[in-house]
Amino acid sequence: MTYFIIIISAIFVNNIVLSQFLGICPFLGVSKKISTGIGMTGAVTFVMVIATIVTYFIQELILEQFNITFLQTISFILVIAALVQLVEIVLKKVSPPLYQALGVFLPLITTNCAILGVAIMTVSRDYNLVEAVIFSGASALGFGLALVTFAGIREQLDLVNIPKGMQGAPIALVVAGLLAMAFMGFAGMV
Amino acid sequence: MNQWKNFTKGFFKDNPVFVMLLGMCPTLGVTSSAVNGLGMGLATTFVLVMSNIVVALVKDFIPDKVRIPAFIVIIASFVTIVEMVMQAYIPALFEALGLFIPLIVVNCLVLGRAEAFASKNAVGSSIIDGLGMGLGFSMALTMLGAIRELLGSGKIFGFSLFAESYGMLIFVLAPGAFIALGYLTAFINKVRKT
Repeated sequence: MTYFIIIISAIFVNNIVLSQFLGICPFLGVSKKISTGIGMTGAVTFVMVIATIVTYFIQELILEQFNITFLQTISFILVIAALVQLVEIVLKKVSPPLYQALGVFLPLITTNCAILGVAIMTVSRDYNLVEAVIFSGASALGFGLALVTFAGIREQLDLVNIPKGMQGAPIALVVAGLLAMAFMGFAGMV
Repeated sequence: MNQWKNFTKGFFKDNPVFVMLLGMCPTLGVTSSAVNGLGMGLATTFVLVMSNIVVALVKDFIPDKVRIPAFIVIIASFVTIVEMVMQAYIPALFEALGLFIPLIVVNCLVLGRAEAFASKNAVGSSIIDGLGMGLGFSMALTMLGAIRELLGSGKIFGFSLFAESYGMLIFVLAPGAFIALGYLTAFINKVRKT
């Protein structure tokens, strides 16, 4: 039951993009088309789950053992940066089609604050390993849900007549606001 | 004159938030009040200036291939300093900003300036660039925070202007952040072009 609550909470109620404000850069940057949105979601899910598992062990086995938790920020970001590189290299070798699909998004992920944010949240909420995996996976799905919905709306926006001053970023932000309002409907569910 | 231009470009011409759309996560996440926005802006400014100084100093010693990880380590060190200082001296603000303080590391603005400016320029102009960009970022966050605070709860910097019950709560919550920033960006772009 706790697992179910974690999933619902991470996808809908505390959606990582629309209510936690993490990963806004890719949310605004790669949401022009649904297909790129799906590709980005795949890459984020992949890296987020692996990164959360790795940082979980670093926190448990190194930082807490030696009482150096103040190094959390530095160690986590370095590990994530290295991990993204590693995933890119391994994927290129092992599964070229998957690399074709996700490759262009991987370098962008290092500076995706959702990855570091979820890793830190996992630690601060004292999740165990299973909960951490479920939480990171569900957060990534929440990211994907918001991104793909948003991309769908933006594809339609290209067809309508938008006042000159609102074109580009401003209208995208207002649309994101309306989407966030819709997600507020889930508040209080868990 | 050139240095003055270098300093002021962050406020208007190349404002990190309104024009370059960098650092959007803290921009939206912490601006539920003007004070939070200002605190976040100044913390980022500190990290930006210090990392610009160090990057400009060591740029000749870092091999080109590992420069991005090296920059990230430099930035993360200063973020850790900010984190510890804020926790010790201004715990209330530390609580309010929460997760977004460690996330200064992945603020694209900081890495972006290190890569685009400090790694190519001398220490002096890197300091001025960091200061200008940082204060421009602070200005944007404070403006957005003040607007959201005023519309949402009728206050600015905690001073009450009208009764709180007239406020529109939505502006303090998540959707208001997106909508307020959208209209503010449109407004600033309009003013910039004329």
